[in-house]
Amino acid sequence: MKYSGWNILKQALTGKKEWAPVWHKPEPKSHYETIVIGGGGHGLATAYYLTTEYGMKNIAVLEKSHLGSGNVGRNTTIIRSNYLLPGNEPFYELSMKLWENLEQTLNYNAMVSQRGVVNLFHSDAQRDSFVRRGNAMCIAGADAVLLDERGIRNLCPFLDYENSRFPIKGGLLQPRGGTVRHDAVAWGYARGSDSLGVDIIENCEVTGFIIKEGRCVGVETARGNISANKIAVCVAGSSGRLMGKAGIRLPIESHVLQAFVSEGLKPILPNVITFGAGHFYISQSDKGGLVFGGDIDGYNTYAQRGNLPIVEDVCAAGVAIMPMIGRSRLLRMWGGLVDMSMDGSPFIDKTRIEGLYFNGGWCYGGFKATPASGFCYAHLLAKDEPHPVAAEFRLDRFKRGHMIDEKGAGAQPNLH
Amino acid sequence: MIINHPLLGPRDASEFIYLGDASLIDRPDWNSENAAQQFYEYLYLRDNPAGTIRELWFHEYGDRSWLVVTRNTLTHEIVNVELARDIDREEKHSR
Ligand SMILES: Cc1cc2nc3c(=O)[nH]c(=O)nc-3n(C[C@H](O)[C@H](O)[C@H](O)COP(=O)(O)OP(=O)(O)OC[C@H]3O[C@@H](n4cnc5c(N)ncnc54)[C@H](O)[C@@H]3O)c2cc1C
Repeated sequence: MKYSGWNILKQALTGKKEWAPVWHKPEPKSHYETIVIGGGGHGLATAYYLTTEYGMKNIAVLEKSHLGSGNVGRNTTIIRSNYLLPGNEPFYELSMKLWENLEQTLNYNAMVSQRGVVNLFHSDAQRDSFVRRGNAMCIAGADAVLLDERGIRNLCPFLDYENSRFPIKGGLLQPRGGTVRHDAVAWGYARGSDSLGVDIIENCEVTGFIIKEGRCVGVETARGNISANKIAVCVAGSSGRLMGKAGIRLPIESHVLQAFVSEGLKPILPNVITFGAGHFYISQSDKGGLVFGGDIDGYNTYAQRGNLPIVEDVCAAGVAIMPMIGRSRLLRMWGGLVDMSMDGSPFIDKTRIEGLYFNGGWCYGGFKATPASGFCYAHLLAKDEPHPVAAEFRLDRFKRGHMIDEKGAGAQPNLH
Repeated sequence: MIINHPLLGPRDASEFIYLGDASLIDRPDWNSENAAQQFYEYLYLRDNPAGTIRELWFHEYGDRSWLVVTRNTLTHEIVNVELARDIDREEKHSR
């Protein structure tokens, strides 16, 4: 059913009889044209754009648990296209443009809120690097505004401007950045794909690949073997574990990133704020909770939970720029597995096994990429060549020396 | 996590800096024929196991020794801690 004000009114007056589940629970078929492994944001978006943009049919999304149980339902919901490097920025700007029309496209309220993302700077050198970044963003067609201290004071009067260690000198604002209701992104793409005939199969873990003469022809799953012409891996934090089953070692380590939500407060934060001297980012959800996070824990893990030193570190960073939140209480915290790559940038590529494709390495920042990642992965699957804005996200870039290292931190995943 | 340092006893993991997979001890030979390929694999590719991993931790806020910690990535349980220099010596000895 199409969602509209008129339908809400009609259903309210007629006993709500026509509201139905937004996706079916089909039994897996024995063969598909394309199988997407992983029912996170990226996997569901891939299936959606395969159908709508590239006219592909007979597609299944296999998810080991329930939809949205991975990072798409665990992230801090920030979207932005404020990257520096030419290999990255056009891709993230495409994503931002897709976000801007997402709700109309999907007929689904994903609560896309372009409330602005502010990156604070605290020294002259940092200001210079933000000016450079802002220029790179503008060249790629994104928006960026440099604010001096007065500009930031007008926007966020509650920050600690007198901090003697890290005085706030200004910030780089991306007005079109903001937040999106993360679960709704998964649900919206799932509803859209399902209505176009994609089979979304939950509780169907892929346990192995069927490889014949160097070609991947199907998958082994908890619900039996399924054959397919193209197999598209899209499992974020589980990338290493799953690709290992095809004998492929990746330039990726799995780490944990934690997220935190405070008790509900009256509206105090008008936008997304990031601390330039420590690693801390914060926004306020529509329910009033402060949603924030910081660094990854920094060691390899598949445990989906973190440890206490990071909790302390993140809270200390928060109180350093925003002392007023010191007395609000933490309500919830959790962790998600992040696929940290060797240069901090992702992969959307074929593999050396024919018929097997890989999407991963999104680190802690792949939520904002969801629409473009699905779009570009669908392009690769349909045409067997990379989408122009994702042409640098190749698995062999380290071998060729073409890393996309935004921070210049080197092959050390826990520093990206 | 608590790391049971072979010399200093149980220490909080936050005293350490994490480097990664202990395979980084075995630096390839720059003189070998396919050195470029070997260095690419050494530097950039990882097993990234779900289960037991051997990894390098540096006691930055302690005695500044390198440790090889054997840990389960699914449970965070630490089953063995050794001094990296002992392992390196043993390996060179047995070569
Ligand atoms: C705490 C936290 C905060 C974050 N904050 C932000 C943010 O503010 N902004 C931002 O842009 N990004 C953020 N991210 C990153 C972002 O959430 C991820 O990069 C992105 O969601 C990954 O893509 P996905 O949605 O497809 O992943 P997921 O939702 O994790 O999807 C992968 C799916 O694959 C399934 N799967 C795994 N193995 C198998 C198998 N063998 N068979 C079948 N299915 C399998 C999993 O169950 C999972 O559902 C954050 C991440 C975390 C953990």
